[in-house]
Amino acid sequence: MRAAVITFPGSNCDRDLAVAMERCFDKPVARIWHQDTDLPPLDLIGIPGGFSFGDYLRCGAIAARSPVMREVARQAARGVAVLGICNGFQVLTEAGLLPGALLRNAGLGFVCRTVAMQVATASSPFTGSFAADARIALPVAHHDGNYQIDEDGLKRLEDEDRVAFRYLENPNGSMAGIAGVLSEQRNVLGMMPHPERAIEPLLGGSDGLPLFRSLMGALA
Amino acid sequence: MKARVEISLRPGVLDPEAQTIERSLASLGFEGVEHVRRLKVIELDLAHQDRAAAEKAVEAMCERLLANPVIETYSISIDA
Amino acid sequence: MTTPAITPEIVREHGLSEAEYQNILEILGREPNLVELGIFSVMWSEHCSYKSSRKHLSKLPTEAPWVVCGPGENAGVVDIGDGQVAIFKMESHNHPSFIEPYQGAATGVGGILRDVFTMGARPVALLNALRFGDPSHPKTRHLVAGVVSGIGGYGNCVGVPTVAGETTFHRAYNGNILVNAMCVGVAEADKVFYAAAAGVGNPVVYAGAKTGRDGIHGATMASAEFTEDSDAKRPTVQVGDPFTEKLLIEACLELMQKDCIVAIQDMGAAGLTSSSFEMASRGGTGIELELDRVPLREEGMVPYEVMLSESQERMLLVLKVGREDEARAVMEKWGLDFATIGHVTDTGRMVIRWHGEVAADLPIAPVSGASPVYDRPSVPTPPRLPIVGAAGSAPMDDRDALLVLLGCPDLASKRWIWEQYDHMVMGDTVQRPGGDAAVVRVHGTNKGLAVTSDCTPRYCEACPRTGGMQAVAEAWRNLIAVGAKPLAITNCLNFGNPERPEIMGQLVGAIDGMAAACRALDFPVVSGNVSLYNETEGRAVQPTPNIGGVGLIEDLGRMTGMAWQRPELALVLVGESNGWLGGSLYLREVMGREEGAPPQVDLPQERRNGDFVREVITARLVEACHDLSDGGLLVGLAEMCLASDMGASLDVPREATPSAWLFGEDQARYLLAVSPDALGDLRARARGRGVIARQVGTTGGRSLNVTGLVPISIDEMRARHEGWLPALMAGGH
Repeated sequence: MRAAVITFPGSNCDRDLAVAMERCFDKPVARIWHQDTDLPPLDLIGIPGGFSFGDYLRCGAIAARSPVMREVARQAARGVAVLGICNGFQVLTEAGLLPGALLRNAGLGFVCRTVAMQVATASSPFTGSFAADARIALPVAHHDGNYQIDEDGLKRLEDEDRVAFRYLENPNGSMAGIAGVLSEQRNVLGMMPHPERAIEPLLGGSDGLPLFRSLMGALA
Repeated sequence: MKARVEISLRPGVLDPEAQTIERSLASLGFEGVEHVRRLKVIELDLAHQDRAAAEKAVEAMCERLLANPVIETYSISIDA
Repeated sequence: MTTPAITPEIVREHGLSEAEYQNILEILGREPNLVELGIFSVMWSEHCSYKSSRKHLSKLPTEAPWVVCGPGENAGVVDIGDGQVAIFKMESHNHPSFIEPYQGAATGVGGILRDVFTMGARPVALLNALRFGDPSHPKTRHLVAGVVSGIGGYGNCVGVPTVAGETTFHRAYNGNILVNAMCVGVAEADKVFYAAAAGVGNPVVYAGAKTGRDGIHGATMASAEFTEDSDAKRPTVQVGDPFTEKLLIEACLELMQKDCIVAIQDMGAAGLTSSSFEMASRGGTGIELELDRVPLREEGMVPYEVMLSESQERMLLVLKVGREDEARAVMEKWGLDFATIGHVTDTGRMVIRWHGEVAADLPIAPVSGASPVYDRPSVPTPPRLPIVGAAGSAPMDDRDALLVLLGCPDLASKRWIWEQYDHMVMGDTVQRPGGDAAVVRVHGTNKGLAVTSDCTPRYCEACPRTGGMQAVAEAWRNLIAVGAKPLAITNCLNFGNPERPEIMGQLVGAIDGMAAACRALDFPVVSGNVSLYNETEGRAVQPTPNIGGVGLIEDLGRMTGMAWQRPELALVLVGESNGWLGGSLYLREVMGREEGAPPQVDLPQERRNGDFVREVITARLVEACHDLSDGGLLVGLAEMCLASDMGASLDVPREATPSAWLFGEDQARYLLAVSPDALGDLRARARGRGVIARQVGTTGGRSLNVTGLVPISIDEMRARHEGWLPALMAGGH
């Protein structure tokens, strides 16, 4: 498994994601700076949570126009897996690699809590190790996680089985309870919950582990 | 009657968002961009008939809610 | 350079007394110019000089074998083993938060973070102690909302988890809220950075955000009593930029890996003035500044403004000669401003030039070291009578009293607040907010740091000495309760106007009490902050010496929390219960009486009971533990039931006065959940140490069953406990 995590100015879950990947993959994870344009050969690119560029203008908007994102788009087109978590999900929608947009939470405030959700499809390199329809609990921590998409787009996502995770207790007003979506090729996943914060019982749960195990199985 | 309120930061108050936008524009190759400012615009429809009364009401709204006088100023335009 | 003549009015506007100005004239042998007067005014302000409190602060014990660096630096440093140290401090941002709650609280968080990472530590935990006015006061809701989103907005963005804190309400804070923020960081013991400017000729360097006209005279403002029109005055509020702070953290920590920093300090209150004077003062050196080289955000700024600006996210460094380019490269990589603005001298003077002309020339020592120290007159707080056992007829039974207490402002769940804080980022939060102490794992190890913030202002008001003791003791207990070894404290002492003898009496009493407790518990003070003049129109806040405690858990496998996992565990009450109701929440919330002496703090008993509890936790005899404080035994047990989502039974002893036994706030007590198999061992150890430990109940079921009371379901308690704050914030009270 050759995995990398990108750091933008203001990313703050980059270390957390790299640590989780290293732990689950038992391999060193490359760290990539937002101005890098030359990526090593990779199987998986992680776009971490945080407040890239301070969340200014729109969450993820400035990071999506960073030099490294052109390269991420090229690699994604070639089939490399891309995992965007929280701010990473926002970056992927702003970069056009995933449909829809993430708006301010319906309750307007930042929400940090562990939320019950359902694995909506086990058919992807990210979710293969989950039992179909598994109920899991993952932490969320965001201000802008309210997933919105037009009617046609939503229908397409549902028809093509591209909703990866769905909230059972919707913390942010997301349309159809959507917590994570897959790209058309199913190799790009954006999700608001933080699987990297749920990989050991000591930290309050390990429901995020199967996601990394799925990637290990699908890509290594 | 329609009112339009433009809210901007008081001169001298740090606007980190505008600064970040300015720097990002430069890094995308847009040259010669200076003094980026970020404003909020709020539009209101008012039942008032009298222009002066409308202006007074909107001013009160700005003072009490719409603007934060500690760091913001506002300007009001009324369209009959 | 032309500057206006210094008139008595200008001196007054700078918050300097006539005597202080005479002192300045003597020091200089001439009249100061306006820049120099401005420098004196901030350096001699209460905030920077501790002139009213310094004499008394010296009574606090500051040493222990594990203390690496006590008060005097940017933050305190304690050894946590394996070549690592914990670095921490607490600080107030009260007045700015009252004027602009979002920015005031946000910049408070930013400032305390800088105090910690400036010493080489990566910040790993944030805490905050908040005191608001009466919940029904028209301003309270707005202040709570603003402060909470300001703390969250800053902490969430920089990516440091906000893991613990305290929020209470009392009308005494109607005109002066308290916002105290604490930060804890971890560093390698051999990579701690200090702030003593040394090495003649070394460059003095500015890094971070540009300087604007933010908060000029903020430090002076923080030391001046409010009047009703300060709302209207609206001084320039400094605006925080957590994004820049995040970059500054990463840039500074990266730069610290390269051996080029001699000294580093953040520019906090009084900005460039206090940072440059303090660095030179600590190093016994001088500094020459080319002030016009400071990166400026606004046009037309003058030396007075540049020296006194409180723009945020700025650092002052002394580098080794010839290493500027290396440092510049790191700062610029992170998109931060960087400028060499001066150099270290051996003159003992601060010489400030502006485009070549001398704008100020002051001796360092008298400005920062020889600031005035006042021995202000004080009168002790009159003692109140104890109230123990029966407290008169109650308006409700103990079941209803419990529900009232669980939903009262001080005890109601603060989930609405801490769910707005990212308390999990950095991936090491082992115990989340809501327990006795939060626990963060030391990254990459199996050790944990336990952190807590505590103070019971109503006790401090009733008896400052006992209250000061109790605040330290409660912090100690909260650390013990999770299985940590308490190491040291930081504090933030919030009081009214020290020029009033009764206020000074509170300050002196509280410090005396703290000192006694710190000594008895081997729990020294390593950093702190004093915030005085927290009063409006003669109405002072309750004396509030907030204590921030840090403890070490050497093996996270030997940790406890408030929640038990299974039924049939014995509930063991540790400590003596005399039914002390004086100063209790029961008396205030149920009987409507704010009276009585606060519970006595028996320090030897605290020590004995705490050492015992830590021993049995470490020996893995305890499945859950909770410190008993506000609301007494029954509230403590109810909180454990809620955390466990499981009920319990409680047997009231026949000889006890039920209400007093259930709600008395006797100190030095813990409630433990213990497996029946471990009970014998635990009892034997208690006997050996002379500790009172008796079984008072059993875990299990879906309700709390107390002798003589109708069972109280978990759901009913939870509704009361969780409902109050969301309803308040939705405007429902």
